[in-house]
Amino acid sequence: MSDTKVKKMLFILSKATIENVYAAFIMANGARMEGIESEIFFTFFGLEAIQKKKLEHLRVATVGNPAMHMPTMLGGLPGVEALATKMMKREMEKLDMPPVNEFIEILSDSGCKLWGCKLAIDMFHLEKEDLIDELDGILTIGDFYNRADREDTHLLFI
Amino acid sequence: MNKTIAQATISVNEEGYLTDFSQWTKEIGEEIAKEENIDMSDRHWEVIDYIHNQYKNEVALSIRGIKKSGVINIKEFYGLFPGGPLKKCTKIAGIPKPKSCI
Repeated sequence: MSDTKVKKMLFILSKATIENVYAAFIMANGARMEGIESEIFFTFFGLEAIQKKKLEHLRVATVGNPAMHMPTMLGGLPGVEALATKMMKREMEKLDMPPVNEFIEILSDSGCKLWGCKLAIDMFHLEKEDLIDELDGILTIGDFYNRADREDTHLLFI
Repeated sequence: MNKTIAQATISVNEEGYLTDFSQWTKEIGEEIAKEENIDMSDRHWEVIDYIHNQYKNEVALSIRGIKKSGVINIKEFYGLFPGGPLKKCTKIAGIPKPKSCI
């Protein structure tokens, strides 16, 4: 159906700011909607997006983010990050973008594979029960490279 | 451009989507499905009915909408229309391809 030469997308998500998590989720879901296989490997801070207790509390970065057009000193004041996050979530809801937990369900149901990084999970002392039920497994980076089992695979680091 | 299908001449865009829904018939839908290697079952048609209703009510189609539809869940949706279900079922339903990214 689709003319694209890309048949499989592998994403490595290493960050936990809302804009990075959504970038990975939207691209992974968009791939499935085009008939392209997709998988996400959550590592380092990206693991926040698959921890049951943390995934609803992801935030936008107001410090060190020039695109916020906000002085760094102001971005660091108490409550500013929370307010910016609230505003961004409201705009996302207007566009019918699902919250993180619902997005994970959608991805899983759509056939997108979700993997945890073994090294980072060990480093943060996480247990299986800390992680979402939709997780397909815990892999080493070598295992994840082996998921690129066809020539038309692309790998993206976020 | 024009296309002859199921003994009818219909107008389609370069991707094969009908440009005039009033030309759509179930037979045409069935033939488009065949071109997409889909054999339409009653279950497929239930989904197309839902898609038509959303279109008539001017509700934008999305995967999230499918999840909330109460008609079909996402897993089954991908199973019925493999390889891009929203694109395929809108083509079969004779309505425009959804513009949403989600």
